This record gives sequence, C-alpha cells and structure tokens, in this order.
Amino acid sequence: MTVTLGRLFTTFFKLGLFTIGGGYAMIPLIERDVVHRYKWVSGDDFVDVLAVSQSAPGIFAVNMAIFIGYKLRGIKGAVAAALGNVLPSVIIILCIALLFNSFRENKIVNNIFLGLRPAVVALIAAPVFSVAKSARITYTNVWIPILAAALIVAFGVSPVYIILAAIIGGIVWGRIRNRLNS
Amino acid sequence: MIIFLELLYTFFKIGLVSFGGGYGMLSVIQGEVVTRHAWLSMSEFTDIVAISQMTPGPIGINSATFVGYTAVVNAGGTPLMGVIGSLTASFAVMLPSFIIMLAISRLFVKYTKSSAVNRVFVVLRPAVVGLIASAALLLMNSENYGDIDAEPVRFVASVAITIAAFVAFKVYRISPILILFLSGAFGSIFFSFF
Repeated sequence: MTVTLGRLFTTFFKLGLFTIGGGYAMIPLIERDVVHRYKWVSGDDFVDVLAVSQSAPGIFAVNMAIFIGYKLRGIKGAVAAALGNVLPSVIIILCIALLFNSFRENKIVNNIFLGLRPAVVALIAAPVFSVAKSARITYTNVWIPILAAALIVAFGVSPVYIILAAIIGGIVWGRIRNRLNS
Repeated sequence: MIIFLELLYTFFKIGLVSFGGGYGMLSVIQGEVVTRHAWLSMSEFTDIVAISQMTPGPIGINSATFVGYTAVVNAGGTPLMGVIGSLTASFAVMLPSFIIMLAISRLFVKYTKSSAVNRVFVVLRPAVVGLIASAALLLMNSENYGDIDAEPVRFVASVAITIAAFVAFKVYRISPILILFLSGAFGSIFFSFF
C-alpha cells in the first residue's frame, strides 16, 4: 500500500491543527490515525517511533512526523509530514503575532495577560515534578537538577552549556562505570 | 539583515540541544533569546508561552514562530520583516531534527537502545528537570508578579493565581487550556478594579 505525499501532509496538518498542549498531547491522536486507522506503522514500530523521537533533540511532534514520513515515503515523505504538522501552528501564530501589538495597549488585553502570566509560571513549574519522576530523581542524583537550575538562575549560564555538560558528564560517567564493572 | 542570520543560528542551536520535550526547550529559548540576546523582555516571553500553550500545535514551534516575529519587530523591523523572522526561526528550529532523523533514522532505533546512550540520559534527564525548574524560577519576577512594595495587591493576587493554577493542574488534573482561560478571565475582571 502506497501512501501519497498529499495524504501524509493532510493527516499531519489535521494533527497539528487539532492538538492543543504540545507534543505529548499529540501521541494518542497520531497513534489513532497512523497505527489504527491507516495502518501505516505497526504497534511495535510505533513504540520505536516514540523512543527515537523522544531521545533525539528537537520538537517531539516534529520528530515523530519526520520519522513516520521518512519510513513511508523517504525524504519527500518526511518533508510533507513535518510541513503539514507545523503549518497550522505557523499560520495561527503569525496571525496572532501580527495583531498582538495593536491589541497589547488595550487595557482589557493587558489585564488578561496580568492574570495569565502567574498561571503560566505554575504550568511550567508543574512538569518539574512529573519529569523528575520519570527521570528517576533520588537522593543520589538530585544535585544534578539543583546545580543546573542554580547555574542558570544565579549565574546566568545558558541552558545550552548545561545540556552539553550533561552529555559529556554522561559519557564520562558511563566510561567510569564500565571500568569499575570490568 | 544580521538579525535573520542570528535567528537562524540561534534557533538551529536551540533545535539541536533541546532534549526532553517542549518545556525543556522553553528553558533553552529563554536562556538564548531573553537572557543572552535580550531580543525580548521576560514578560513578553511569558505572554508568548501563554499564547503558545493556548493555540494548537507543538509549543516549541509556536514559541519559535512568535519569538522570531517579536525579535525582528523589537529590533525595529517592519511586520513583513517580522514574518520573515518567524519563518526563519521555525525553519531553523526544525532543521537539526531533519538532519539527525534522516541521517541516522535506521541506526537510531538500535542506537537509542544501546547502553552508551542510556548512560548519557542517566545524567541528561535530571539536568532537563533542572532546566524546567530554572525556566519557572526565572519567570517569578516583578515583571510578571508586580513589585511587592509598589503594587502589593497585584503581587498577592498573582501569587494566589500561581498557587491556584498549580493545585488545579496537579491535584485536580484540570486541562492547562481551561486553567489559562480562567486565569485570563479572572485577570480581566480583577485587574480592572484594582
């Protein structure tokens, strides 16, 4: 069964348009369309898609689109799926951005954002605890997130360097553990 | 012209090093765009995150598109140049994904299951927890909460909103979109009186 590029594009366009709340909210919808409805990918392969998309850098939903598109139709498929996935976002955000500056001075809009900002802080703080659980934070490694946050907040270190340091640290630590084990 | 090249480079870098989902990426965007380049103020960044959460699509793409536009317009560009800035940022943030996923997509399945990669994630995942925490901490400032001495009512109300939103999300599992709509509605009424 061949999948047309148009079908890949429209499927991921629809997924991009109807999921609010980021990549993780998109997982069940992608699974429904890609695994159950069109049977493009088997259930087992979908687990691989998730694992690879999560461990690669970048935007999770876009990674999934690229991986599935590539699997089905090569590079053209990857481009069609990824473009379809982000196009609704780009169009909607551009419309809002173009209007936003003229609304910003409006008193009511300003008051709405005074209420929104503290809620945004809570919504960013909340995943700290759920991600901490899946990252298996214990008393032995809790210094890593604390040190990372302290360096960023108190010393203005860019998160880019924190990530690079964590990758290098992970490689070095892996080597040390290999030595100790052998 | 130079701002487009800087946007391209900055968002390519953001796409390349952002592991662990949209919230980890927000921290990297915040560090590069607000702290380092000062293209946006912290409150503008917060507003963009709010809008990115309430509109469809991945938060990373939404915020890259919005930041690209705002950065160019803040630097004195026309709205049309802002549109080019937003397309530049969203293209650049996706580019590393293409390169990485296409170059090693076959090897990658095996690669992600290898113990060497798992060991890297043993350190990387806890670091991402710290990144997300830092993003939240950096947003707890007087731009978003008001000055405690100059605007005590706004400050107390803002802290109350944060606590209520946190409890609503964590304890009562209310959808983030509903939480944002309610907070915005509360703000539009409360702050018109105080």
